Amino acid sequence: MDFLSYLINGLSLGSVYAIIALGYTMVYGIAKMLNFAHGDVIMVGAYVVFFAISSFHMPLAVGLLLSIAVCTVLGITIERLAYKPLRQASSLSVLITAIGVSYFLQNAAQLFWSSSTKVFPSVLSNGALQLGGLSISYLTLVTIGTCILVMACLMLFINHTSTGRAMRACSEDKGAATLMGINVNLIISITFAIGSGLAAIASVLLCAAYPSVYPTLGAMPGIKAFTAAVFGGIGSIPGAFLGGLLLGIIEIFAKAYISTQLSDAIVFAVLIIVLLIRPTGLLGRRIREKV
Amino acid sequence: MLEIKDLRISYGMIEAIKGISFVVNDGEIITLIGANGAGKTTTMHAISGLLKPVSGSILLNGTELTRIPPHRIVSLGLAQVPEGRRVFAEQTVEENLVLGAYARKDKEHLNEDLDSVFSLFPRLMERRKQPSGTLSGGEQQMLAMGRALMAKPSILLLDEPSMGLSPLLVSEIFHIIEEINKKGTTVLLVEQNAKRALAIADRAYVLETGRITLSGTGEELAQDERVKSAYLGG
Repeated sequence: MDFLSYLINGLSLGSVYAIIALGYTMVYGIAKMLNFAHGDVIMVGAYVVFFAISSFHMPLAVGLLLSIAVCTVLGITIERLAYKPLRQASSLSVLITAIGVSYFLQNAAQLFWSSSTKVFPSVLSNGALQLGGLSISYLTLVTIGTCILVMACLMLFINHTSTGRAMRACSEDKGAATLMGINVNLIISITFAIGSGLAAIASVLLCAAYPSVYPTLGAMPGIKAFTAAVFGGIGSIPGAFLGGLLLGIIEIFAKAYISTQLSDAIVFAVLIIVLLIRPTGLLGRRIREKV
Repeated sequence: MLEIKDLRISYGMIEAIKGISFVVNDGEIITLIGANGAGKTTTMHAISGLLKPVSGSILLNGTELTRIPPHRIVSLGLAQVPEGRRVFAEQTVEENLVLGAYARKDKEHLNEDLDSVFSLFPRLMERRKQPSGTLSGGEQQMLAMGRALMAKPSILLLDEPSMGLSPLLVSEIFHIIEEINKKGTTVLLVEQNAKRALAIADRAYVLETGRITLSGTGEELAQDERVKSAYLGG
């Protein structure tokens, strides 16, 4: 029974990682860059929901929508101001800029909202579903359900809409996509908007499970989700989903059966082993050499 | 009508196109021939907006193409089949063709247009649900041409369509180019296979290290001694 409940907890944590990892993998797939500020967008999303609920007494749904709106605009703005001017620059310059944006957001949060930890109000009922001897909290069910819903919507969007086809085309060949009449800059903006909107959703799930809000809140989940994206094969949407879930399960199992202190080390050790065997991740596309 | 006037293009310090001018009239097949590195693909990329020229003008029916965003050009009626085909390998044949019509506003005739592409290239019909990366080189060339035709262009730019294909396929591709032209689409063709290109061209230009050195009808150039020795193997 313990095993099952650990598995479900792992799926729940993994669902949050997966939602964040989708943002990393989509941006990488289309803009070919690692957006290390993605974790800090989660942090901004968490503050927005926190203030909406605590200070302005809005219902959770309104707070969430507001947070999605703010993060979406933030994501598009970051891309326009920080990354777009570097479209032709080396990937190292873009990477360093992304790290810079990350520090900028963390320090801006410290400046505006202080570095002291704020306690996120309890937003979902503490109840639990009893299944035989197994107790699954509603939060866990909502988290896993949200992840599946997000994934399903995203797959439908990517595979069955004109914009989704255009996004896939941009991820393969931006020049050829331009010849089709696709506005590549617009597609990149849309990608950042979707990734950042997902970060806002993740922030609520994260803060519901770990109810403290502080300026560096996004750093650790961000790096874990990035790991999940690489684990699953960066650039691949099903890969981010699978990588996120597996990472969550491995982390919870490592905590439960091996050592709480060593759990992060074990997670990264698994990543290293996977990358040694499959350098492109579990579902990553094999890199074809251009002739 | 496509008018190129005094076009200059540089890669950094190196001037690749040194002021060329030429005209493609409606209904014509025009070919640009020349050796590797003469600037043929560079010229094509400038016309379709993938490269910004240093100076000069590219007019399509009076619209200055160098001043509009590259993704808008296809909706003005100019489509390009790029060198190396550049099909979207992970998408199916049908998805590639639908992407070809991305910029069009009249999407209600999409199925008829798919059918007309399939009648021109029956082999694509058999493979419509297959990822394009699994097609042979010739099939990918057909797909790249079909994809460009889905934009319903008035002028079609073809960059090295015969590259890497077997002689039999080359004949087939050139036959199809003529057929497309007969249906009313103007064609600008860039080719290393000068013999085949001159045979179907109304007029032709010879490009040598960034300059147009000769021009004339396809027939005239095919008989020209300089062209014969340089491009037609004596």
